[in-house]
Amino acid sequence: MELILLFISAAIINNFVLSYFLGICPFLGVSKKIDAAFSMGLAVIFVMSITSVISWLVNHLILIPFHLEILQYVVFILVIASLVQFVEMVIKKISPPLYRALGIFLPLITTNCAILGLALFISLREYSFIQGLVFGLGASVGFTLALVIMAGIREELETADIPESLKGAGITLIVAGILSLAFMGFAGLI
Amino acid sequence: MFNIAISILTMGILGAFFAYGLSIAKNKFKVEEDPRIDQVEEVLPGANCGACGYPGCRALAEAIASGQVDANSCPVGGSETAQEIAQMLGVEIIETERQVVVLLCRGTETAAQRKAEYRGIRQCYAASLVQSGDKFCSYGCLGYGDCVDVCNFDALHIDKEGLPVVDREKCTACGLCVKACPKNLLELHPVSRKFFVFCMSLDNPKSSRKNCKNACTGCMICTKGAQNGEIVVENNLSLINNLDILENEEAMQWVGKCPTKAIGFLEENQN
Repeated sequence: MELILLFISAAIINNFVLSYFLGICPFLGVSKKIDAAFSMGLAVIFVMSITSVISWLVNHLILIPFHLEILQYVVFILVIASLVQFVEMVIKKISPPLYRALGIFLPLITTNCAILGLALFISLREYSFIQGLVFGLGASVGFTLALVIMAGIREELETADIPESLKGAGITLIVAGILSLAFMGFAGLI
Repeated sequence: MFNIAISILTMGILGAFFAYGLSIAKNKFKVEEDPRIDQVEEVLPGANCGACGYPGCRALAEAIASGQVDANSCPVGGSETAQEIAQMLGVEIIETERQVVVLLCRGTETAAQRKAEYRGIRQCYAASLVQSGDKFCSYGCLGYGDCVDVCNFDALHIDKEGLPVVDREKCTACGLCVKACPKNLLELHPVSRKFFVFCMSLDNPKSSRKNCKNACTGCMICTKGAQNGEIVVENNLSLINNLDILENEEAMQWVGKCPTKAIGFLEENQN
């Protein structure tokens, strides 16, 4: 029960993008088409869940026993960077069109603060291994959810009559703000 | 001290561990690309100028290797590059003559007077927005050198007469200057062709004569020897339809009588 609550909390109530404002770059960059947004979400789900596992292992098996908590940031970034490289290779092999569609945003997952944030949250809140994994899954599902919802809205916006000065980034940020407000409504859920 | 040592050791081991993992993954997920793409790309000039219509040399190499376009699709590399690629891929190419850009205007500072002093941005594009430019002739070269600015190959220079001069050795026919000229005075032609009408003015004879000493006034004298319509005058401008007229000596004598020398050979004013 506690794990389900943790999952829902990470995915919806404390959504990484819409509540913590982490990972805004791909949120605005890859949310033009639902397909690309969903694939980006899958890549992030993969990277995030493995990051939560490996960073927990590294943190508890190496850093804490040797009192090297100070290295957390560097080590986590190392873990994330390697994983992203790995995901990039896999995607390039499996689906070249997807590789081109994601473009620069795929390597940019490396510097995505949502993923570093995830690793640091897990260590800060002292989650257990299972809790960390569930938290990572929830957070990445929430990220995908936000991305796909945003992409859906933006696909509709293509045909909308938008004031000239708000076209492009302007209307996108307004939509992101309203979406964020809507997700705030989930705060009383738990 | 112990902390520092163990920090370094930890980072080193972790780094090596991930590097090893990635190197295994790289081999396992290696993407089989056509090796010819790399070979073709190596031969291409690598200027990434986009003259071929592809976003870069790599994209063109992919297109050539997959057979979508011909081996001679790189206008910058010329026939040498085309030959090399064709040899590499084992395909035949149709030999095409090298093209160079030609300026079809002889409105020098002395021949085509300026009607006003232009003090705006020193660009043809900007100047042409104000009353079609600051020369009396609204078709002529403004001489602010937009073509010189876009040339990546140092093939264009403004001479002291105020007109761009093409270095026919350096010109690669990439076509950037053709697009840059707001008056559309630059055209690509085979390097062997030297016979042109060096004017684009469609003004009536009276205005043309007034605006520029070197303008084509549409006097028809060049058409007199052209029995088969090799040269015609349309919209007050002489037009060369057929280069066969170069063989016809009598007709060329009439051409030589052009009062403004607007029609003639390239050597006379450019290298």
